[in-house]
Amino acid sequence: MNVRFFLCAAAAGWATAAQPQGYAGLGTEAEGFAIPQPGTQLSFPADHGPHPDFRIEWWYLTANLVGTDGADYGIQWTLFRSALAPGEAEGWKSPQIWMAHAAVTSQDQHLFAERIARGGVGQAGVQADPFNAWIDDWQIRSARETFEKLSLSAAGSDFSYDLDLTSYGPLVLHGDNGYSVKSASGQASHYYSQPHYQVSGTLELPDGPITVTGHGWLDREWSSQPLAEDQSGWDWFSLSFDSGGKLMGFVLRGETSNFTSGTWITADGTAEPLAPGTFQAGPLETSDVEGRKIPTRWKVSLPSQGVSVEVQSLNPQSWMGTSFSYWEGPVTVAGSHSGTGYLEMTGYE
Amino acid sequence: MTGATLLVILSHWRRHPLQLATLVTGLALAAGLWSAVQAINAEARASYDRAAEQLGTAGAARLVPEAGTIPVARYADLRRSGWRLAPVLEGVVRLERQSFDIMGVDLLQHPQAPALATAAEADSVPPLEALLPPGRIFAHPETAALLTASQHVHPVTRMATLPRGIALADLSLASRLLRRPDSLSYLLVLPEQRPGLTPLSELAPELTLIPAHAAASDTARLTDSFHLNLTAFGLLSFAVGLFIVQGTIALSLEQRRGMIRTLRSLGVPMRLLSGLFAAELAVLALLAGAAGLAGGYVVAAALLPGVNATLAGLYGAPVDGSLSLRPGWVLSGLAMTLGGTFLAAAQSLFALWRMPLLAAPAARARGQQASRSHLAGAVCGVAAIAAGFLILATFQGLISGFAFLGALMLGAALLLPLLVSTGLSLGARFAKGAYSEWLWADTQAQIPGMSLALMALLLALAANIGVGTMVSSFRLTFTGWLDQRLFAEVYVTATSDSQGAELARWLEKQGITALPRRYKDSRFKGAPLRIYGFEDDAAFRKNWPLLDALPDVWDQTARGEAMLINEQLARRHGLVPGGVLELEPEWRLPIAGIYSDYGNPNGQAMVSLAALLARAPNIPNRQFGLRAAPQEISGLIKSIREEFDIPRENITDQATVKARSLAVFDRTFVITAALNLLTLGVAGFALLTSLLTLWNQRLPQLAPVWAMGVTRRQLAAAEVLRSLLLAAVTAVLALPLGLALAWSLLSVINVEAFGWKLPMFLFPLDWLRLFLLALLAAVIAAALPARRLSRIDPAELLKVFANER
Repeated sequence: MNVRFFLCAAAAGWATAAQPQGYAGLGTEAEGFAIPQPGTQLSFPADHGPHPDFRIEWWYLTANLVGTDGADYGIQWTLFRSALAPGEAEGWKSPQIWMAHAAVTSQDQHLFAERIARGGVGQAGVQADPFNAWIDDWQIRSARETFEKLSLSAAGSDFSYDLDLTSYGPLVLHGDNGYSVKSASGQASHYYSQPHYQVSGTLELPDGPITVTGHGWLDREWSSQPLAEDQSGWDWFSLSFDSGGKLMGFVLRGETSNFTSGTWITADGTAEPLAPGTFQAGPLETSDVEGRKIPTRWKVSLPSQGVSVEVQSLNPQSWMGTSFSYWEGPVTVAGSHSGTGYLEMTGYE
Repeated sequence: MTGATLLVILSHWRRHPLQLATLVTGLALAAGLWSAVQAINAEARASYDRAAEQLGTAGAARLVPEAGTIPVARYADLRRSGWRLAPVLEGVVRLERQSFDIMGVDLLQHPQAPALATAAEADSVPPLEALLPPGRIFAHPETAALLTASQHVHPVTRMATLPRGIALADLSLASRLLRRPDSLSYLLVLPEQRPGLTPLSELAPELTLIPAHAAASDTARLTDSFHLNLTAFGLLSFAVGLFIVQGTIALSLEQRRGMIRTLRSLGVPMRLLSGLFAAELAVLALLAGAAGLAGGYVVAAALLPGVNATLAGLYGAPVDGSLSLRPGWVLSGLAMTLGGTFLAAAQSLFALWRMPLLAAPAARARGQQASRSHLAGAVCGVAAIAAGFLILATFQGLISGFAFLGALMLGAALLLPLLVSTGLSLGARFAKGAYSEWLWADTQAQIPGMSLALMALLLALAANIGVGTMVSSFRLTFTGWLDQRLFAEVYVTATSDSQGAELARWLEKQGITALPRRYKDSRFKGAPLRIYGFEDDAAFRKNWPLLDALPDVWDQTARGEAMLINEQLARRHGLVPGGVLELEPEWRLPIAGIYSDYGNPNGQAMVSLAALLARAPNIPNRQFGLRAAPQEISGLIKSIREEFDIPRENITDQATVKARSLAVFDRTFVITAALNLLTLGVAGFALLTSLLTLWNQRLPQLAPVWAMGVTRRQLAAAEVLRSLLLAAVTAVLALPLGLALAWSLLSVINVEAFGWKLPMFLFPLDWLRLFLLALLAAVIAAALPARRLSRIDPAELLKVFANER
């Protein structure tokens, strides 16, 4: 609660003029921070690590799981880095703030937790080699530098999970070699994913432990002003089809027009960036969530790949009531293709 | 019938308004002083709690280091084990002109974060800016004004909800100002923890967990003894007040015996009668209690600034000025008065209940009945004193010290009648002539009736002598100690380290000896410990007030092979020269000596500066003690000021420092002096009430003497003389008791409360002053009855022979 105060205030502080500020203050100026540049060659494992000269960055893992009880589950594990000033400094002088969200969602439960930490003192951070991202006792780590085998854990007051992830496909660079454009006026981020994980492990829920298996998707993105000033939020889809193909697509909602983009990922992991406007998504049904009307059933189409599906949330009440609140939860896909995925919706105030 | 009976009972007071006034005043005095002390204690405690709450440290358990500080890396480890902790770094920082207590917190984790963020926003400042250079300080408006005057680098946000005297800042700023980037003072254990965590005792065995209720603060722990002191004073006043009440109630019932007999003959049941007497007492107690509370409130409000000064002087505890009215205080004050009244009336009410139906009114004054009771009282007194010594020998701690004091004073009071009576018997041997013999004998006969008042006087006088001796001994020791300890002639504080270094170079060039004063704040067994580094100098060897030391103490310490510790630390942990102490993890040094360190509640150690710098190279270097010949002092100060941009108040000569220290000391004991005087006042009043009480019963004894030709004026003079005699004997007896009290205050209570033992000095002039004061009280108390006696209508005296009375 105190954290919310500070971060919200931080967001307000970032805002420059009396413009619509966008979600979490993301639609603002760069103020000395580095700006994503087209043509930047991402290099690994270094780019698995943090980029403190950029204002915001995240390590974002979602997974669709099935329990031994036959029920569907979703988990989220996100570590955000947010810089008050560019660069890193030692100890308490570090301008880096870390925030993490973890959640477990089933058809009738949505449990979540939040952690917040200072950079510089070791309470939270990310190192590229061997890969380790942590905040308090939550972490994703690998014995090696790569993302091939990861172990993942988080714990809130009423849930915890412990999962092993093994990749079965290559990293996917979005947009132009990892340079992902976010608005017609050119706002962009560096963005890559590892959407191919087999996941197994245990969820500790209030009713007891459940062994689960499934597949996971890890997103990495960093930027300094990913939203244009008139953009108020986004709807983001990561869908894995039973056919083996995957689709990442997003709608950035603008004042006058929306900006859509995404990536089609073939079964062998080849990425095909989608031209702006080719990905289409529109709400079919809204639910009352925490006093807001939020679309929880969607029509998603990508004509170039013959995709025309309905995306239905597993639990319409997947509201992340954290410092920055948003909707995030597992979905099922039916129509021209079937499968599962994750949906994130921000900026519904 | 009830109404009529009540009217009859109450009519007594109409005929004896002075008695009523005595009773009410006695009760009000007892209730007033007791509740004043309670109000002061409650206010101070509430103030500590408020400070803890405002600082966000209330309600949270703490993890404190056994020794030294907590490395920041350890904090991160514990966070990574899942424990939700909020780090705190405390210290004192000097900002140009003034020192401030700094409390550094992680603004993202601290319980008070929302309030701080709101305050920053009210200043139109994004709260997170406080995390970036130049940082931001949060402080009470008064402290904020001082902070703003002292520096212009760090903006200050005013927050009326913060306690005075503390500057709160994010750790990014606090660790920079305190130059302690890698260490923390303690960790707050936040209330919300997830289940299934490994216990902290396993994760961090080197840290001690202090539960929330015990963690209130170092302040509360330190000041407990002071509040116990005040409570003891309050209880003493209460007891003295009850002595007055007991006598008055007994008299009022005795005088109504005739009335009771008549009422009983008329058929009023004993049950109703007792009930009405009890109800009468209850109403009186409540009325007087209310008056006492009102008076107590006024007294407390008057004393509070003194108490605050004491607390600030002795413990550095911040106490806010104003007094507030608490319902709990009113209720407990009234309950205490009611309980006390019935305790005082118990004997009389019991006697009433057991009285035969038609018992005659007491025909003789209570005086003559019981010289046997002197002996019984004395036996009880000896037993009480013995019990006191047993407690002292068996138990440790402040409470046992006070129990000893209580037993000693109670025992002495019980012994008093026998001692006074013996003293008067001895005096009677020198009597010449019948009148003189009668005077001695009559005085002795008054003892039972006066004994309670005399006991009150004894206790008040003894408390005065004891506390007075303690304070004066302390002051004398303190003055001598200041002379030893403040041996440098000039004290300078530079505004920055670079200026400090420059100053040191300049002084060296001038050929002036400069002794740097550098220290590091740490902890030992969970309590604050300050480690000083000193440069070996002949002045230390010559002046430093060592209490106990090994033969080559200075050589060993100067080589960095040993250290000195202060008396508090030594007593608290039973350390002696030759023992070994772990200052910080992996820093163990033998103790070469122990020095006295008055006026400081915390532990302290001294090591060679080189040894300290090897462990803590970044400690500030701004304070210096300079040696100079007396005639050079003003010139030296002038040239330092010409050479350096150092504010005037940062350069002080020895005499000023000493004067300031003594002023603080004197302010510290203002409250003690005030309570002393009040107690003596109450005892004087007790004397007056006893004499007034005896007045009526005295007539049958005086009438025959008058009939034999002694004039009323002579009788009145004898009355005053008698009062003087009793007060004098009591005062003489109070002296040894007072000295015993002083001894236990200096050698028992002080050691437990503050950790230092003081030598006892004797102040005979003070005793003389007190003796005269006691005599004065006796004269004033006897004046009113004597005046009455000298003007009594002879018919009244004649009536004694005619009237059955």
